Amino acid sequence: MAKRYIVNDGKLFKRGLSGIRLRRLSGDEAMEVMHQSHAGTLAEHQGGLWVCKKLICLLAASRGKVKMEMETQKPFQVDVGNLLAFNPFHNFSSLPTSRDELVKECLEEGTKLIQAVADSLFNLPSTEDVDGPLVKLPPPTTKLPREKHLPKPKPPTKWEEFAKKKGIKKRKKDKVVWDEQTGTWKRRFGYDRVNDDKDIPIIEAKMTDEPGEDPFAKRQDDKKKRVEKQEKNRLQNLKQAAKLGALPSHVQLAATALPITGTQAPPKKVTKDELGNVAGMAATSTASGGKFDRKLPGEKPAKKQGKHRKFLPVIEGSGIGSREKEQTENVLNKLISKHSHGILNVGKAVTMYNVKKEKKARNRKNQEGKSSSTSNKLKPKKQLHKKAAKKGPESSKKRKAK
Amino acid sequence: MHLYTLQTLRFCSSAIMMRIKTPKNGRVRRELEKRAPKLVETGKKTLILQGTKTSGTLNGVLSEIYHLKKGGAVRFTRKNDNIRPFESGGETSLEFFSLKTDCSLFVYGSHSKKRPNNLVIGRMYDHHVYDLVEVGVENFKSIESFNYDKKMAPRVGSKPFIAFVGEGFENVDELKHLKEVLLDLLRGEVVENINLAGVDRAYVCTAISSNKVYLTHCALRLKKSGTVVPRMELVEVGPSMDLVVRRHRLPNEGLRKEAMRTAKDQPKKKIKNVSSDAIEGTIGKIYIPDQKVGDVALPNKAKGVKRERREAKKKEANERASKKQKEESE
Repeated sequence: MAKRYIVNDGKLFKRGLSGIRLRRLSGDEAMEVMHQSHAGTLAEHQGGLWVCKKLICLLAASRGKVKMEMETQKPFQVDVGNLLAFNPFHNFSSLPTSRDELVKECLEEGTKLIQAVADSLFNLPSTEDVDGPLVKLPPPTTKLPREKHLPKPKPPTKWEEFAKKKGIKKRKKDKVVWDEQTGTWKRRFGYDRVNDDKDIPIIEAKMTDEPGEDPFAKRQDDKKKRVEKQEKNRLQNLKQAAKLGALPSHVQLAATALPITGTQAPPKKVTKDELGNVAGMAATSTASGGKFDRKLPGEKPAKKQGKHRKFLPVIEGSGIGSREKEQTENVLNKLISKHSHGILNVGKAVTMYNVKKEKKARNRKNQEGKSSSTSNKLKPKKQLHKKAAKKGPESSKKRKAK
Repeated sequence: MHLYTLQTLRFCSSAIMMRIKTPKNGRVRRELEKRAPKLVETGKKTLILQGTKTSGTLNGVLSEIYHLKKGGAVRFTRKNDNIRPFESGGETSLEFFSLKTDCSLFVYGSHSKKRPNNLVIGRMYDHHVYDLVEVGVENFKSIESFNYDKKMAPRVGSKPFIAFVGEGFENVDELKHLKEVLLDLLRGEVVENINLAGVDRAYVCTAISSNKVYLTHCALRLKKSGTVVPRMELVEVGPSMDLVVRRHRLPNEGLRKEAMRTAKDQPKKKIKNVSSDAIEGTIGKIYIPDQKVGDVALPNKAKGVKRERREAKKKEANERASKKQKEESE
């Protein structure tokens, strides 16, 4: 029971049910309160209920006084929006000896502060909800820094500026439009739309039309050009917005390849292997005297190092020198072996020769019939060359045999 | 010749080819919109990570902070040796992580002989370091070491009460800064409506001396009192630790001014189907869907379904059957 009474500055306070300390009225003060309640404006005989009400009013007034006293002693800074309370007047005059005592004191102070926040919180107007009473919090008073910059307003596009200058207003357009051709309501744009290019059956010819031009293709080309122009304008508008830092959140401007040549066309995309080859070639070309450029950290070594073609040594050694002999032997064996018809088809070569001969004979006959003076000098010469080229070893054999 | 080539280069650089990239996915588009800067900001996410060396207590501290902020925190468990918050070049990694995870608060723990159980709490503005506070953790008590009635345990994600006690928070510069940073870290989301039945946790920070702060997390018990306002009772539940302020870095004045700017006017939210007229006042439109007259169930039951009809039919059928039998028998 002693917990309910607290001494503060020589006055005895009782902790009332509502948490507010009630001041113990002294005898004189009690008399005064009674006197005031019984006297007052209507000093007639008053019923018990009326007296009760008056007492309550007086108590409230005195409570107000008490509250004021309490507040002036320890004003807390309460921020209901953050559910925060700050007591800047508390100090530990002497640090409590044990940890438990310290903890206890901290908790006590904390309780007071939180009670103060709860006072203002629970007195806010509340609406009933399924889970419990819902209260609308006021905005927080303590200012804290933002985490991102304030969003900048989008600058007006070129068309918007023009429209503002000319006074053109936006008109609300319907999503569906009546289509005369089919007699139904069709979309203004999108799949199965009103005035699609593919729906036009006949385009009437005008006097200004050129004879060889396809009007349908011309329509498609015009549309393509319009779309390209629109895309270019859109890019320009977005670049302008990006310059001011007001690009919409879902849009990113990515740089494509820089045109190194004079033309506007960007270079083709190079594959990894091609790049590797080019890098290798550049590395070998920049080297001189066997000294290559220093490799950057993380760069992988060149794939094909050194020479690509292997030449056998000139000097015959014990193991290596015999290789050249082996190579030449292999080639000769293949050519002059029993199974040499596998490489050189003798029958085919003979038939080819015979066919060529017959052709030549026919040509000569035709030419003699048509015209006598033709450049016969060139033709046989050509044939001779061809013969020599094709059947090299065979002709050489024949000559040898002869 | 050289001048000519320079000019062409300049021309080429001004004509950089750009293309517009927009997300092809609705999910990606929604994510980008969530991360875009807004006029009114909601809760900040916290990034919790550690340096090359951590002690046992520090591990406990980091995991408990992550547990307290479960809804809006990201925990990295690998060690990062290239993060040194107070050095000029050591913040690039932090800024990169902040950009990728969209976190504007971070808690970085490390342990060394010179600075044992070190915790660096920092904030970001536009994914660049805004301010930092370095504290050392002493006398750490984890959640498991407290005995309490498990029914009173605060639920994850509830809005906490925060109490700061002590004149140190007003007078000492470093403690003032720490108070601001702790408020940012502990408060969670800024909400308009709050359910009074759901307030169940409180943080109490007391300034013990000019550089020490005692931080504890308590559960709330609301006890009946005579009036609407219940009586609050704190029960120590969660982690409690002593924070010793070591170093701190305040933001530059210019950056601080920019970060504290608020948008004055908020665009009025347009309520659909409501318009106001000077003469008639507020008018609302209600759209009713088309009535399908044929498909609606009739209130009167169909003739054939009524019981009397059914019974009469049955009787007739029976009579006919009996008549046939008689004829056959005859």
